[in-house]
Amino acid sequence: MLPKGGAFLLEQSNPADVFTPEDLTEEHRLIAQTVADFVEKEVVPRDAELEAQKEGLMRELLEKAGELGLLSADIPEEYGGSDLGKIASMLITENVSTGGAFALGHGDHTGIGSLPIVLFGNEDQKKRYLPGLASGKLIGAYALTEPGAGSDALAARTRAVLSPDGKSYLLNGEKIFITNAGFADIFTTYAKIDGQHFTAFIVERNTPGFTLGAEEKKMGIKGSSTRSLIFEDAPVPVENVLGEIGRGHVIAFNILNIGRLKLGAGCVGSARRAINLALQYALQRHQFNTPIASFGLIQHKFAQMAAKAYAAESAVYRLTGVIEEALRGKRAGREIAAAIEEYAIECSICKVLGSETLDYIVDEMVQIYGGYGYIQEYPAERFYRDARINRIFEGTNEINRLIIPATLVRKALKGQLPLIDAAQALAKEILNLRTALPEDDGKPLAAERDMLVRAKKLFLLIGGQAVEKYGDKLADQQEIIGILADLAIQIYAMESAVLRALKAWEADPETAAAKLDLARGYLYDNFPLLEKLTRESLAFIFEGDLLSTQLAVAKRLCKYQPIDLIRLRRQITGRMLEAEKYVV
Amino acid sequence: MKIIVLMKQTFDTEAKITLDGQGKINRQGVNLIINPYDEFAVEEALRIKEKHGGEVVLVSVGADSVQEALRQALAMGADRAVLINPEMEEVDEFTTATILARAVSGLGYDLILGGWRAIDDGSAQVAGRVAEILDLPVVNQVTKIEIEAGKAVATRDIEGGNEVVEVSLPAVLTAQKGLNEPRYPTMKGIMQAKKKPMEKKNLADLGLSADQAAPKVKVLEYFLPKPRAAGKILEGEVPEAVAALVKALREEAKVI
Repeated sequence: MLPKGGAFLLEQSNPADVFTPEDLTEEHRLIAQTVADFVEKEVVPRDAELEAQKEGLMRELLEKAGELGLLSADIPEEYGGSDLGKIASMLITENVSTGGAFALGHGDHTGIGSLPIVLFGNEDQKKRYLPGLASGKLIGAYALTEPGAGSDALAARTRAVLSPDGKSYLLNGEKIFITNAGFADIFTTYAKIDGQHFTAFIVERNTPGFTLGAEEKKMGIKGSSTRSLIFEDAPVPVENVLGEIGRGHVIAFNILNIGRLKLGAGCVGSARRAINLALQYALQRHQFNTPIASFGLIQHKFAQMAAKAYAAESAVYRLTGVIEEALRGKRAGREIAAAIEEYAIECSICKVLGSETLDYIVDEMVQIYGGYGYIQEYPAERFYRDARINRIFEGTNEINRLIIPATLVRKALKGQLPLIDAAQALAKEILNLRTALPEDDGKPLAAERDMLVRAKKLFLLIGGQAVEKYGDKLADQQEIIGILADLAIQIYAMESAVLRALKAWEADPETAAAKLDLARGYLYDNFPLLEKLTRESLAFIFEGDLLSTQLAVAKRLCKYQPIDLIRLRRQITGRMLEAEKYVV
Repeated sequence: MKIIVLMKQTFDTEAKITLDGQGKINRQGVNLIINPYDEFAVEEALRIKEKHGGEVVLVSVGADSVQEALRQALAMGADRAVLINPEMEEVDEFTTATILARAVSGLGYDLILGGWRAIDDGSAQVAGRVAEILDLPVVNQVTKIEIEAGKAVATRDIEGGNEVVEVSLPAVLTAQKGLNEPRYPTMKGIMQAKKKPMEKKNLADLGLSADQAAPKVKVLEYFLPKPRAAGKILEGEVPEAVAALVKALREEAKVI
């Protein structure tokens, strides 16, 4: 059964109900393999030229990708797409991600560059643009950010007024940091009609009064084109208003939901690649007459990197599976957008988790490469710079953290999630909290599953107390919201890691060993953080005796029996050293 | 024109070979691919079909896992596939060729293509044996094929040059690197491939007994190459270094 968005915080999930990478069909695996081959043979060899933004190269490669259908997974067949479903779409993103700047061009085009028209375009707009976007004959870009309107997107100052003949809107304003701007043919952008009604427009490149700023000099992803758009009385035909006048925010926010999941998937792909490169390096780099991969402190790093990648990967696939299911049979763009919006919380989680996992991994990658990690000739330096943007675009991780509790509270107030009932039930239960060991049901990870149950109670405890104390002023306590978001992110990550391992174990206990280890490695590394976050928030919300009581409750919820993490990590890395790659 | 492609699934070229507890090659966790030379054959078959019309039929011997490789070739554009599972612990080139020849003769053909060798065992025997059993001419290691009425003109690499061979059809031609650049399956092709026919057969379906196809070669032992020892640099003046080298070649390497 399809879970409700955010419900993972209130209920327990079954392994059978979650989608995992192990559930990919033969076609899915072939899609992933084909994309990986394409990137390896067509894109990677041209990396240096791409990085120097060789004129026309990105388009050439995107068109080649289009011939294989790598641009059209999300586009319906009647408009020239291949409508492969969200799992396939995510697999394409994940495997393209190893292609450096090409991944940016591809992701921008297929995601925010095409999806506004796929989901919100009218019949005429879809017919005019989608076949070209699907084949790569047309390249799309998305322009939301302005100099004064980043996270606060609705503060946009670009204006539109209807021309005297009523045939077009004249746009005036500036958009910045626009990916693919240098070569894109069509731009989805936003302007306020008469300075009031925030509305989306499709702007063609050759529109008079529409010009581009210079290429930005960026920290990373240098091969991708990033320029500003300048509109000076630029006439956009009224037929190119996208969606309804004054409802541009609906498009803007919906497009970001799916974009965030895709970003998570891309980060997972890059993370795996980074681990593999670092592993190969550590195996061949000798110091003290020994490959550095043999040293405990290096093995420790690989185990941590792998456990984090495994958890992020499990979370991204779990959500992708849910969305694939939620979209089944849905044809209308708005219906699709609404179905995805249901999982806005999980989309934000995957964005934050994916980008922070990748940043952790590339940082350790540089460290493993040592001095060579700081030298441009070696791959770590690039990975390190290229990864950093992921925590910023598609909504900064801070904005995404704010979204998580805010959306939960909104769902609770609308009666979509029994959050308040659950918090009240917990308040009653808290007086006689069970601390006994969980019953053995013959399946692995019994203690870990119990830890997850308690982690969810922790979330409810703090969430409930925070809402009670601050009510509708909770938004002013951003640090508490941030802690709640971190708890939710960790719960989703830990649970996805555990459920995937359990599902694999139920299918075949013999091949589940690595997944069980990785799930434990992730859980025992991150569970202790929950206690720290809990104490910090309780100390802010309460004082005196009340604080002591709450801390005592929290202490019981945070209790766990430590395991031998050091040996577990050696075991995790041992498997990877044997395979010479990230293995689950 | 009916074109048969003999296909084998092999380990990925980057796979790390290890032995399991029983001293057999460990197949767990290994990425499997279409034997690259067979992939050239698939591509060539598709090009011939695109030019002259006809049908491309894939035939392979192996376990169920081979379906994945066959699906990939179907996704590239082949029309259908036949997979024969011999249900044997070990097979040799005789077994494989016997089964393939029987399966192919039941299908009918104008042209049979295959890779000149598989990258795993590298025996380069199977296609030739199939040709022998079917009493067909065979041209090995071709880098160019042109089809004309009732015949094929094939170019093959030879020492210091090329040889152009004309052969009457039906014939067996084996692909060498350079024949073509195989296409990627398209996403649409991948989705369509699952609807294309894949026949699964066993020996009995072909009218073969286990005895008729029993291998004639038995593997006694698999072992991994010894890890390469670190190189040694002989220092000092040339005359002393040469003396030390000769000594090392005689006493340590025992090659002179």
